[in-house]
Amino acid sequence: MDEQRLSADDRADTPRLSRRSFLVSMCAAGAVFGFPRAGLAAMNPGAADGQPLEAAGRRYEPTLWYWIDSQGQVNVNVIRAEMGQHVGTAIARILADELGARWEDVHIDHVDSDPKWGTMVTGGSWSVWQSWPVYRRAGAAGRTALAEKAAALWGVSADAVTVADGRVSAGGRSIGFGELVQKGLDRQFSQDELKALPLKSHDELTLLGRNLKALDIDTKTNGQAIYGIDAQVEGMVHAVPILPPTRYDCAITNIDDSAAKDIKGYQQTLKLEDPSGTAPGWAMVIADNHWAALKASRQIKVSYNTGDATEVGEAEIQAENRRLVDDTGTGAIMDTGDNGDVDATFADAADTFQADYTTQTVLHFQLEPANALVFRNDDGVWEVHTGNQWQSLCLPWLQEALGVKEDQVVMRTYMLGGGFGRRLNGDYAIPAALASKALGGKPVKMILTREDDSHFDSTRSPTLSRLRMAFNADNKVVGMDSAVASGWPTKVMIPGFMPKGTNGEPYDPFSSDGIDHWYGVGAQRARAISNELAEHTFRPGWLRSVSPGWINFAVESFMDEAARYIGADPVQFRLDHFKAEGRNAGQAPNSVGGARRQAAVLKRVAALSDYGRDDLPADSAIGIATTYGQSRDMPTWVGGAVHLSVDRESGRVDVHKIWLVVDCGTVVDPDGARAQVEGSALWGLSMALYEGTEFKNGRVVDSNLDSYGPLRMIDAPEIEIELVESTEVPVGLGEPGTTVVAPAIANGIQAAVGARLRHLPITPAAVREALQSGSA
Amino acid sequence: MIECTINGETVRLDADPDMPLLWALRDLAGLTGTKFGCGIGLCGACTVHVGGRATRSCITPLKDVAGTDITTIEGLGADGPHPLQQAWRDLQVPQCGYCQSGQIMQAAALLKDMPNPSDEDIDAVMTGNLCRCMTYPRIRGAIRDAAAAMKEASAHG
Repeated sequence: MDEQRLSADDRADTPRLSRRSFLVSMCAAGAVFGFPRAGLAAMNPGAADGQPLEAAGRRYEPTLWYWIDSQGQVNVNVIRAEMGQHVGTAIARILADELGARWEDVHIDHVDSDPKWGTMVTGGSWSVWQSWPVYRRAGAAGRTALAEKAAALWGVSADAVTVADGRVSAGGRSIGFGELVQKGLDRQFSQDELKALPLKSHDELTLLGRNLKALDIDTKTNGQAIYGIDAQVEGMVHAVPILPPTRYDCAITNIDDSAAKDIKGYQQTLKLEDPSGTAPGWAMVIADNHWAALKASRQIKVSYNTGDATEVGEAEIQAENRRLVDDTGTGAIMDTGDNGDVDATFADAADTFQADYTTQTVLHFQLEPANALVFRNDDGVWEVHTGNQWQSLCLPWLQEALGVKEDQVVMRTYMLGGGFGRRLNGDYAIPAALASKALGGKPVKMILTREDDSHFDSTRSPTLSRLRMAFNADNKVVGMDSAVASGWPTKVMIPGFMPKGTNGEPYDPFSSDGIDHWYGVGAQRARAISNELAEHTFRPGWLRSVSPGWINFAVESFMDEAARYIGADPVQFRLDHFKAEGRNAGQAPNSVGGARRQAAVLKRVAALSDYGRDDLPADSAIGIATTYGQSRDMPTWVGGAVHLSVDRESGRVDVHKIWLVVDCGTVVDPDGARAQVEGSALWGLSMALYEGTEFKNGRVVDSNLDSYGPLRMIDAPEIEIELVESTEVPVGLGEPGTTVVAPAIANGIQAAVGARLRHLPITPAAVREALQSGSA
Repeated sequence: MIECTINGETVRLDADPDMPLLWALRDLAGLTGTKFGCGIGLCGACTVHVGGRATRSCITPLKDVAGTDITTIEGLGADGPHPLQQAWRDLQVPQCGYCQSGQIMQAAALLKDMPNPSDEDIDAVMTGNLCRCMTYPRIRGAIRDAAAAMKEASAHG
């Protein structure tokens, strides 16, 4: 057996080893995973070394989005980040189907942040929806060019040519894509030509809806997938930060590293200066390896001047939410159509019903802690190697922090060890960049501890929703007035993304989507309010399912409560108010059918779950809810039901089964679609029953798994999913499944034991208290 | 100097004896398939085999593995995919994939101890491994499939 000696000091001398030690020998070569070319850094998730496919022979690029080479290989450029949704596979499939490629020839390339790609963001469950028209046209362009080339070659009409399975054929003759490319192809298309290209009908699409193996699966089962935390370059130093007591307003007054001096491998501690204001008050411990930096960081004492946020806790933030909602003059009024005078309706109402719903701070807790590798390359360009969901948002912060222009920073996006919205906010790349800047461009690899990842997290803000409903003398709904308050991520990070309400005030759609629901309720007002105390204490974040994740908990709990209040069946009450008329009729292309489609998934899930059955044991029930995610502009219709039981003594809620009926329009990738719905539903369950922390002294009190307890396998129930067959526009699937679970559980608890829980997470203690206080 | 065997290779590591095995694997041996998640042994992303036992490498100091035989995800399928890896591929278990090295290593130890696990056995053992994408239903299914495949193979072997 070979013997080898490895240490931080002499790994460059390690001899070439056996195949099993492939990665070790790569390390010895110094250029782990290939030294990325400046400005060309990109990532192929199917390759063990992450290196993009090289074209063989000639290469033809019908559009920006892909090339075909002389061997007929089709390499698709993907600007979306891979974080578990197999997004590259879905996008490549859309293109390959329209092109007529052979699936085995298709490869994907997660590209660098070159401005030519346009806005780079992966979030909002937008990827397939946004890519669908673009990549179909791109595929059609290639198909057209290949057909024209073959037609010219054979002297036949292009109409007589068929393109399928990577070959072009006519009248018994046939030629492969690769051979055609090798003969020379340079046909380009103007934007107008692209838009005019005929697209295949649904019947002609052969890859669509088929179960294909995702192109990033194998490397995720053998340790070869390369995440940000795995990024390495020659000569890099390792960094572990020391974070200030609160997110803002802290300044370092002194750093004492005397106790760390003797730690082998410890180099120094940097006091970072951040012109971008993203990560003020950070110190960065630099060492030869991660362990030395971590060990040293525990011995170093940093002193600070602190700000007001050290006085702020969860209770203060919720009190501020309540104050803001109470003050009817605050916030933006969203456009809910012109359907009457809300104040007059409530004044004249025969009866009204009102309830408040709150949710606690939630961590992203993506399993790969925040990290980044930054250096200035030989061309003077700063390279930022990390997992990121919104490069276009982060790049200007990096430029400001580094004091350089747009063309001097490039991001290389690695596999994300979980996104869930955490990496939409790329703030964690800034301190790594600042440390490299302080060291003259030397490569700095920073990894946060799990605890610091939690403390620096852009959590989901504590939220409050207040819903009111007005009834006439016949118990008919005549009005609804809603207000929601929370810290707004969009206001803090990209205020230009905020539309204006009917009163001219801007609002964060990701902190208000859901309140403008598809129920016809007569006179309607929806008010969205930003909590500046929250925004001053921490940096609010976008978290999987954003506001539909907490607002639907309120809306769908409220619909159930309102139905019970007037003695109606909760499902029938909802169906009675889904009228596909006016603004709820929907609009082509994204929301065709409107409330009718939401009613359909609700009806179907009620039937599937046998809602209303009367043979369940005591203290158990089926709870139901329906939502649309993520926004009215792009609704995925979801009906959800849970079968649960409540243990009155302990207050424990056991979810036995979840049913979901989802109408997302055309299903591009059936297996991937199910995976997204399974994962998002369980994420919803996790936030409903298990996840929640709180701010105390300006920091979250739970920072690791010793006290923060996301859903584990033992509590994961059976899930039954039905995807509605449809040829409508494909919309999003990453988040909608999340939004329906918490209200279905709250409704199920009331049906089982009569207790109404209006705060997330629903803890056993809260259930016990509700049962004892007689809300049951 | 600490000597141990990693994926069949004898290795001598000149490092701080307190360095967790996780960081020795990742930073010294260049075996980055083993992942850092929580650092306190509660997420399972760092699971490797030490002497055939599933071990949380993030809380196992190097000095405790002197003389042991260590297998990481890179070594599990060195001679072709392990039945678990095959089942993981067939069912398309991974989403982000970050926890899956640890999940597979934990599951491999489980099947060694209990070749025929019940669903309750699977839940009890695997519940120590967090999957933030919540691929739990597919992990369960893949372990069942792999157990069946291994049983089949041994019946014909």
